[in-house]
Amino acid sequence: MGLRNLFDRIEPLFEKGGKYEKLFPIYEMVESFIYTPKTVTKNAPHVRSYVDMKRIMTYVVIATIPCIFFSWYNTGWQANSAIATLGAASETGWRIWLLKAFSIGLDPSSIFANMFHGALYFFPIYITTLVVGGIFEVIFATVRRHEVNEGFLVTSMLYTLILPASAPLWQVALGIIFGVVIGKEVFGGTGKNFLNPALTGRAFLYFAYPAQMSGDAIWTPVDGFSGATALSVSASQGYQDLAAAGITWMDAFLGFMQGSLGETSTLACLLGLVFLLATKIANWRLVVGCLAGMIGFSLLLNTIGSNTNPMFSMPWYWHLVVGGYAFGLVFMVTEPVSASHTNVGRYFYGALIGVMVVLIRVINPAFPEGMMLAILFANVFAPLIDYFVVQANIKRRMRRYG
Amino acid sequence: MAHKHRELLIDPLVDNNPITLQVLGICSALAVTSSLQVAFVMALAVTAVTAFASMFISMLRNHIPGSIRIIVQMVIIASLVILVDQILKAFAYEISKTLSVFVGLIITNCIVMGRAEAFAMKNPPVASFMDGIGNGLGYGLILMLVGVVRELLGAGSLFGITILETVNNGGWYVPNGLLLLPPSAFFVIGLLIWAFRAWKPQQVEEREYKIQTVEAH
Repeated sequence: MGLRNLFDRIEPLFEKGGKYEKLFPIYEMVESFIYTPKTVTKNAPHVRSYVDMKRIMTYVVIATIPCIFFSWYNTGWQANSAIATLGAASETGWRIWLLKAFSIGLDPSSIFANMFHGALYFFPIYITTLVVGGIFEVIFATVRRHEVNEGFLVTSMLYTLILPASAPLWQVALGIIFGVVIGKEVFGGTGKNFLNPALTGRAFLYFAYPAQMSGDAIWTPVDGFSGATALSVSASQGYQDLAAAGITWMDAFLGFMQGSLGETSTLACLLGLVFLLATKIANWRLVVGCLAGMIGFSLLLNTIGSNTNPMFSMPWYWHLVVGGYAFGLVFMVTEPVSASHTNVGRYFYGALIGVMVVLIRVINPAFPEGMMLAILFANVFAPLIDYFVVQANIKRRMRRYG
Repeated sequence: MAHKHRELLIDPLVDNNPITLQVLGICSALAVTSSLQVAFVMALAVTAVTAFASMFISMLRNHIPGSIRIIVQMVIIASLVILVDQILKAFAYEISKTLSVFVGLIITNCIVMGRAEAFAMKNPPVASFMDGIGNGLGYGLILMLVGVVRELLGAGSLFGITILETVNNGGWYVPNGLLLLPPSAFFVIGLLIWAFRAWKPQQVEEREYKIQTVEAH
């Protein structure tokens, strides 16, 4: 193996006392990305397991693949359809030029044209995220002498998938810096972050630049086109009017609607969920808790009812498919680090998110979508939930033996 | 003696800053720093109140019975705050309207009470006055730093004068709306504390916990 030899030859340069000692995290990053991490337990007990951090993180990235492909298709399809409606005047920008130069065209009925057009929106955002976020990861890894972690691959992918396709790249860069530094590195890096870094970055953008992160004009990246998300239609007219707006439940489930890049398709997210549950990366208790909280609270609101707020009557199966609920449920709620760590606590943590998301969507008029805020809110509460679970356990055992 | 007075003035600026080291007076730092002008007036008001409150309390310190000293301190501080509030209303009405309740809340500002209890009750009037000025300036320094970041990046201006022309007015700068919201001051103060402690590592507190490492056998 030529590559292995190369690594073995240059490794001493990066080790303690070597010429490039300071750059060891970068060497370690490349080496463990290509081969396996070298960390082994040095003391008993020795547990043999193939599931190390690299494998967990890689599995999560694999689980996002359906969402990635669907994000290309949906973004391209929305853009091509909008251009078909608005006419040739809206055919501006380098992407259109590129599509025409390769004679791929802008036909909304061609799957390939849609995928290609969508990918031209996905990759600039993704590459910006990787490069800018990666630079900050490496800076912190070098100064703080910890490893650059595969976790960043997950963060960057999730972050990309929850952004709108039209997000300006400099905002993308600012958001991921905020997410990586404030959401993760100030607390000590991967494994010590109590907030989800991808969501922290997204929340920063949401509050800092609301004009580019919310509203009706941003989801389809075609100038002059305005398309409301399913949630904002339901908030203003009620979910019964979604059909009139061209969104059936099946559309919403499959993901043919307005929304952030990767969040629209509940089906694609569920495929990811099946993979994560089968490989036991995601804890099913979190998923059950989150579903129970959402279903229970939306049923309660359905029973209460309201004459002025149409969102009250939205049934749970609509809450499931619109907005970021499914994506958040699969990839954010199940994130092991920022969730509760006790089994009982996981039910409560999930349920808290489920209740909060419905609460924000229905009762708070300022935010049409609540998944991001609900998860961040529950992130903060996760240690507290664990504390009470542990205390309850101590009390129970005290009664039994004390 | 003069040397000591200078220390009392300089020390609270960085080395013993009431906000970044003692983490006092945070509420008003969040509330009034979205505009530099308001932050400046607030800093002046707090400096004046702290200085004079410390001085008067120090003058009376040998006559105040220990059991009711907090009440006496509050009376002095509250009178001074009312005075400042009235002066602001008379000469800077617009700003006093923006500051609204926060001038009145100087009474509850931990820095004022803290200096009265910790310093003025044990030291002579002139030193207490200097200490009050110093702490007020330390508070003001952080307020101004936070205010510069928030107003410049949040609204593109400083003291109300446009520096970065915003997109809405035909310029190029897209203002960062988060910085106009009070929670952003948490981030800015947090980053400032980080910067201060990176600069002066002796300010870093001891950890309250230890991460356990297993000893090799």
